[in-house]
Amino acid sequence: MSETYTLYNSTVMEHFMNPRNMGDLKDADGVGEVGAAACGDIMKISLKIKDGRIQDARFKTFGCGSAIASSSMATELIKGRTIDEAMAFSNQEVVDALGGLPPVKIHCSVLAEEALKAALEDYVKRNPAAAAKATAAESVSA
Amino acid sequence: MRHVFLDHQSATPVLPEVFEAMRPYFTEYFGNASSLHQHGLRVRDALKKARQQMAALIGADSDEEIFFTSDGTESANLAIKGAAYANERKGKHLVISATEHPSVMNSVEFLEKQGWTCTRVGVTPQGMIRLDELEAAITPQTVLVAVHHVNHDIGAIQPMREVGRICASKNVPLYVDCEASAGWLPIDVKEWGAAMVSFSPHRFYGPKGVGVLYRNRKARIVSVIHGGVQEGGRRAGTENIPAIVGGGLAAEVARERLQGRIAHVAPLQKRLWEGLKLTIPYIQLNGPEPGPDRIATNLNLSTEFIEGEGQLLLCDMNGIAVASGSSCVSKSLKISHVLGAIGLDHALAQGNIIMTLGESNTEADIDYVVETFAKIVSKLRGMSPMWDEFERGVIDSVIAPTGRGKSFSQHAADVSGKPAH
Repeated sequence: MSETYTLYNSTVMEHFMNPRNMGDLKDADGVGEVGAAACGDIMKISLKIKDGRIQDARFKTFGCGSAIASSSMATELIKGRTIDEAMAFSNQEVVDALGGLPPVKIHCSVLAEEALKAALEDYVKRNPAAAAKATAAESVSA
Repeated sequence: MRHVFLDHQSATPVLPEVFEAMRPYFTEYFGNASSLHQHGLRVRDALKKARQQMAALIGADSDEEIFFTSDGTESANLAIKGAAYANERKGKHLVISATEHPSVMNSVEFLEKQGWTCTRVGVTPQGMIRLDELEAAITPQTVLVAVHHVNHDIGAIQPMREVGRICASKNVPLYVDCEASAGWLPIDVKEWGAAMVSFSPHRFYGPKGVGVLYRNRKARIVSVIHGGVQEGGRRAGTENIPAIVGGGLAAEVARERLQGRIAHVAPLQKRLWEGLKLTIPYIQLNGPEPGPDRIATNLNLSTEFIEGEGQLLLCDMNGIAVASGSSCVSKSLKISHVLGAIGLDHALAQGNIIMTLGESNTEADIDYVVETFAKIVSKLRGMSPMWDEFERGVIDSVIAPTGRGKSFSQHAADVSGKPAH
């Protein structure tokens, strides 16, 4: 076989074969683990947050190629964002950045969004004061 | 990169001699078998020869009992719906095993919407039909029993002689789907007392686009495709002559080489499973152990803490073609109903891979697959939160429980807010 055919587009395959930010974060400030009842996939995102901004992100995923690629891309996209920006994160960003997902796999990107938000909620729960301060500071500067 | 095709359940390459036999029927002998001139009569002879070759493969008495369809799915539709409609006045009850192929399951579901009822007979954890339940399921209204010879997912060889005996004692026709066994196991329709048997040559080095339905003269079916009077009025539509000719020769070759093919794949099946079992922790074989209860071509594996599609994709990127019954691979996001029917834990159904062997596979291929698959499993486990949680004692293994932590399914339900299906 001279040509290689792939189930997903080249960006998705690239993120599946060479995922970015795979692993856990020691002393993470927020950790979110969510599952998709529809297919059984499980995704975990860990965040390092400083001064109201996401400094680092890692993921671990039990799931298909597009779930792994979605979590890889989501962690790439959210690094450097403020908590409020990250709270407004939508799965569509992941789909767009990956150059599209098959319709039946869109829920993988939703799972990435949910894992991120669960991690943010975990951070807020652990640091209510810091989270409120960051949000206030942001609204002042905005 | 080495290329290893381990998906012979889905397709096999057409044998060179089969391809050569088909060639003139595309160009020179292009006639329609319904035509009454020389062109038609010539291909009519070719059709008859192919029917004889098909009949010989399954121990049928006469080529007149062989009907050609477009593939195994159509054969199953004709067998189920054809028998149901033909015997409607006797009763509207069907009995099938719970692990039949979707072509059987969905034909039955179609009939259920029209007033038929169906009893799905359970299987053992090894995938064997429960004979006592089968016997109890048959009522005076039962017009057909459908039990496949070999399961397409887990390779379990069904006790067909006993199934045949039960059906004969209750005087109910038996339809046997031999899609997963034809060309790889001896088939004797008379020994089973089968009223109908179906199979397709693309599973044994013949072309796609042709299916076979054997129908005993005494069994009543009506057509489900309407038009001309091809195939004795049981299946309208122009016959796919090149595929039928090729399929017939593939059947003849399969009959001659049957024992040789089994002798080739059986040791490879053992080598593959033993290699994987030795190299990879927390892996299990679904269905019977290699031996008399399992077809020699099939291995159905569950590797814990990782999901099937990732395994399949990484195999493919390493030149290894495999299939999977896990939900992420299916377009419906559901696990294979066969894995559900054998009571496989959801955690194990998710990490499912199906490898099916064929003539071209070698020992060196198998060793490459074992080595590569072990690397793939470690890579995916390194990415999996489940593996990490297992190592930390948060969740437990289903295959080799340690007694620490909760079950995977419980954990999945906790993090998704809903129980896993």
